[in-house]
Amino acid sequence: MPKVTHHYLRTKKKFPNVWCAGCGIGIVMGAIIRAIDKLKLSRDEVVMVSGIGCSSRMPVYVDFNTLHTTHGRPLAFATGVKLAKPSLKVIVITGDGDALAIGGNHFIHACRRNIDLTCILINNQTYGMTGGQFSPSTPFMKLGTTAPYGNRERAFDISKLAIASGAPFVARGTAYHVVQLEKLIEQAALKKGFSLVEVISHCPTLYGRLNKEGDAVEMLKWQRGHAIPISAAGKVPPEKLRGKFLTGVLWDIEFPEYCEEYDKVIAEAQRRD
Amino acid sequence: MRTATDQKERLLQGNQACAEGALASGARFFAGYPITPSTEIAEYLARQLPKVGGKFIQMEDEIASIAAVIGASVTGSKSMTATSGPGFSLMQEHIGYAYMAEVPCVIVDVQRGGPSTGLPTKVAQSDTMQVRWGTHGDYYAIALAPSSVEECFDLTIRAFNLSEKYRTPVIVLMDEVVGHMREKVSLPNPNEIKIINRMKPTVPPEWYQHFEINPHFVSPMAGFGEGYRFNVTGLTHDPFGFPTVRPEEIREKLDKLKNKITHNVNDIIEIKEEFMEDADVAIFAYGIVARAARQAIRMARDKRIKAGLIQPLTIWPFPDLYMEHISEQLDLIIVAELNQGQLIGEVMRVVRGKTRVRGLFRYDSELITPDQIFDKIREEK
Repeated sequence: MPKVTHHYLRTKKKFPNVWCAGCGIGIVMGAIIRAIDKLKLSRDEVVMVSGIGCSSRMPVYVDFNTLHTTHGRPLAFATGVKLAKPSLKVIVITGDGDALAIGGNHFIHACRRNIDLTCILINNQTYGMTGGQFSPSTPFMKLGTTAPYGNRERAFDISKLAIASGAPFVARGTAYHVVQLEKLIEQAALKKGFSLVEVISHCPTLYGRLNKEGDAVEMLKWQRGHAIPISAAGKVPPEKLRGKFLTGVLWDIEFPEYCEEYDKVIAEAQRRD
Repeated sequence: MRTATDQKERLLQGNQACAEGALASGARFFAGYPITPSTEIAEYLARQLPKVGGKFIQMEDEIASIAAVIGASVTGSKSMTATSGPGFSLMQEHIGYAYMAEVPCVIVDVQRGGPSTGLPTKVAQSDTMQVRWGTHGDYYAIALAPSSVEECFDLTIRAFNLSEKYRTPVIVLMDEVVGHMREKVSLPNPNEIKIINRMKPTVPPEWYQHFEINPHFVSPMAGFGEGYRFNVTGLTHDPFGFPTVRPEEIREKLDKLKNKITHNVNDIIEIKEEFMEDADVAIFAYGIVARAARQAIRMARDKRIKAGLIQPLTIWPFPDLYMEHISEQLDLIIVAELNQGQLIGEVMRVVRGKTRVRGLFRYDSELITPDQIFDKIREEK
């Protein structure tokens, strides 16, 4: 397994990484790399695009075509990459603050437009890089450095938002359930169209410490205890679902993909010319 | 003016000519968001780009538009967007990204009255300074300013050429009147148009540095998917594109951004002169104002006033050396612009009090007329 990972890392240049001990992002990076390896994608055809934040530092470490963009905008950059060169496999790495606050508009429009991007959104419920401020996915009444008396805003249900915005493939996994996560990423990457994998992760250094949620191990255990596979959701009584979240493929429908549709636009324009 | 033999004559709008120029220069990607008075560029390219196998996309806002343009350019596609003041303001962060990541692209700003929503359908030149100083940080801008439909075509091609040559965003600074007026133009044959494409690397991938430091200050540029797996970032980076906080690498990077422009001003700067050989009064005007000035200097010459026109086609980098030199023969420079006085500051900075500099400003949404300029010449002479 480690050998597989090393083949895809910029081992000579860019380590050690910026992530704290116990962070979930490295686990997600490993899952992405193994999924890419399983799909037999060449490093030359993979583009990894990210925004700004802890998760968005990932492209620096992986040996693909990598585009580290501005805060909130990776989906917009990725749209240009993909449409200009549809043969590339474009994977977008983003976080809850990046994708949902400053990048919320691009997020819903990427879902709606249905361009073939694989978006991995690592949701750690906080702004890690800037020091633990509350984010659009921080639960109600949890603490952040800018919510010292408890966050009075509601959190987005990211997957529901994506489904409502038109994304044809939406899945949720966790940093704990890494084998499942790898499969979800693989399925998402195979999907023709916009696919979202929301990864419930953890920030032991800031969010965990502020909210007294224990160390990284405790936070991973929390994920284990609160994830309900969607396949089992029907068998669980509703009161036991409260405070839990569903994992697995939450949504999978077919809808015409933008680049393929644009090929038809080209054909039509040339026919009329 | 081109002679009638070199090509097909057409009645075109400035915005259309700009779009035609983009197509002629090989642009194959446009991302934009509707905004008056630039929308015709998007509409025209939405129709024309797919005919040549190019891509048009309407994004959710101007921030996304320039982001998509940069993304497309990184794959090797010549890319552009077009907007006006409010949209241009929204694009500033990503224009800065394009400077930092050295991504060629063309941004057209068809100016309208401001600040804020201002005057969507009225003319102004009030973004003159924003194109130079709009984004944060130290950087050196290139901006070209057409005054006619033909120049819209020519300067858009030139913008792509400079952008590709120097790996930098280039701004085409138009205005509402230049964008919307229609004139007869003769477009050259495609094989007569000089096209410059970005330099590609010749080294094997393992030697490749996306931001190589070299004596030309411009690094060869591979595209995504071409076998060179490089990192692009808006963070200050080393020659490989990896983030750095080393003082010597930071200085080297910022010097490179500066030097690739300042060492090539003679190539970048283009100025049109009229009656300047013996002039002792010069009108300094760009864009649509230069058209009125051209008429005004003829009126002045009729009255035996030795007036001439300086029309910068390149407004950034500012033609420091040219202005310093030409001001020696002049008693008076009148800077005419459709704002409260923006370029006049540059003229005064360069002339350093050695020649009288006077401003003629209009910012009430109307054009400066030839009579106004002529009156100003007589008043100040």
